[in-house]
Amino acid sequence: MNVADIGQQLRVENLFTRYVHAIDEDRLEDWPEFFVEGGAYRIITAENQERGFALPILSASSRAMMRDRVSALRHANIYEAQRYRHAVSSVLLQPVDAETVRAVSNFIVVRTLHSGESTLFASGRFHDRIRLAGEAGLPQFEERVVVLDSRVVDTLLAIPI
Amino acid sequence: MSFVPAESRAWPAEGVTRVPYWVYQDAEVYGREQERIFRGETWTFLGLEAEVPQSGDFKTTFMGDMPVVLARDENGELRAFENRCAHRGALLCLKGSGNTRELACVYHNWTYDLQGNLTAVAFRKGIQGKGGMPRDARPENHAPRKLRVAGYHGLVFGTLSDAAPSIEDYLGPEIAARARRVMKEPVTLLGGYSQMLPNNWKLYMDNVKDTYHASLLHLFFTTFRLNRLEQKGGVIVGGDGGNHVSYTMMKTDALATEYEKAGVRSARHGYRLEAPELLESVDEIGDGITLQILAVFPGFVLQQIMNSLAVRQVIPKGVNRTELVWTCFGYASDDPVMRERRLRQANLIGPAGYISMEDGAATGFVQRGVAGAPEHSALVEMGGRAVASDESRVNETSVRGLWQAYRRHMGL
Repeated sequence: MNVADIGQQLRVENLFTRYVHAIDEDRLEDWPEFFVEGGAYRIITAENQERGFALPILSASSRAMMRDRVSALRHANIYEAQRYRHAVSSVLLQPVDAETVRAVSNFIVVRTLHSGESTLFASGRFHDRIRLAGEAGLPQFEERVVVLDSRVVDTLLAIPI
Repeated sequence: MSFVPAESRAWPAEGVTRVPYWVYQDAEVYGREQERIFRGETWTFLGLEAEVPQSGDFKTTFMGDMPVVLARDENGELRAFENRCAHRGALLCLKGSGNTRELACVYHNWTYDLQGNLTAVAFRKGIQGKGGMPRDARPENHAPRKLRVAGYHGLVFGTLSDAAPSIEDYLGPEIAARARRVMKEPVTLLGGYSQMLPNNWKLYMDNVKDTYHASLLHLFFTTFRLNRLEQKGGVIVGGDGGNHVSYTMMKTDALATEYEKAGVRSARHGYRLEAPELLESVDEIGDGITLQILAVFPGFVLQQIMNSLAVRQVIPKGVNRTELVWTCFGYASDDPVMRERRLRQANLIGPAGYISMEDGAATGFVQRGVAGAPEHSALVEMGGRAVASDESRVNETSVRGLWQAYRRHMGL
């Protein structure tokens, strides 16, 4: 790894860090801002991916759709108070071109309900395409695909992963 | 789970307008349901024909607690049999789906064809004249139970009962017609996933059949001012009460107008969809019905929500746990635009669905709420006390129908 690669790695890991802190601290309104304007986000299961099925559990193909998701969570959908704790690791970058990089990383999410019950809610991989110099010169997601290891979601999935 | 003394397990005198809470809590009742309902005279939905399109295709699923293999045999016939080896009872198929010529139990390599017949017993005659089974042993007589299988316009049902009526009679003519309405042509799979619900299986069926809750619990459409109060629709109760269809008619051009109105009107309230293309839909069946929910006792749901089509299997996993298996599909004739539309509208359904995520929560709330009240009952009197079709969905008629069928099967 040369110095330029290390810098890129750190910038991408910093994006991931800011992303998970925003979600885990319930700053969901910040969530769309981690994406470019026409950025895409989707949660799929590894099983569907392996079998060539495109069905998402949740998807958005623009920041506007992401803002709608947050607005619905805030004002329309009913779910018990809960928080996530993300742990992200094993971030592997693959260059695409001068402006863009692909990344794959591992995550686990612990969900804690207001009743005090903490459980391993989700594990899987992030498959990302990242614009290195997005708005304000910071990297942003062109695409973030959340691939869940399990085909089963416990009760409901309200907050994005 | 709580223990309810047998003498307390009497159905309230008010009949189907009451649901005693012990039905959601009692382990003995759960066991009896397996025997009388899931292994009794009902049809359980096993999957779509599209999940096993070719000879040799199989999938594993459940009929209540009982593991089942659904397969298409070498002649192209649909077969279903218990996923249990004749020998020592191990699962004989471990994979969720695949294609094979035969199934071999991993434990001792006993082998089965795709009709569920035992075809080979490893070392049956022993090795070099030693060991093996007695000459008069008849392991074939212990083979896994075979199900009666019925395909209905791409839907596959199974039952262990010879006495269950034909699938058409079981569905009833009105429900069958509404199933054919959605299964109007060959379908193609879009994918699937499961939701594990923290409640008894009947609470989910009760929720699906509760046409009254939709506009009250699911606030997505109302919050974003996307629904119309005067929407036409109705509820049809069929079969012996355990099957129903509810439907809503909302003209797509009216919906488009609603978007515009919504943009103006709800801007004042602060809530509007920035990307209403999520709900862009077409009247592909051509009858103006934008939403149809069809449920068949004991645990099948066929859904059309705009252009989002899916089947749901309600699989009990213990007294207070239920797996809800979603399989989404389109038609084989879909163009790429329609396919994208269906995938986009998948945001409405499933564990993260704008209009379905509350169901898993609400049914869990009931399971927890009734924990100390097995001898108390739910009140089911919206729309009167009868089990009958109705134009109003401010109604619990199909919930009463569910309990009518349940009591008949259970002898309660």
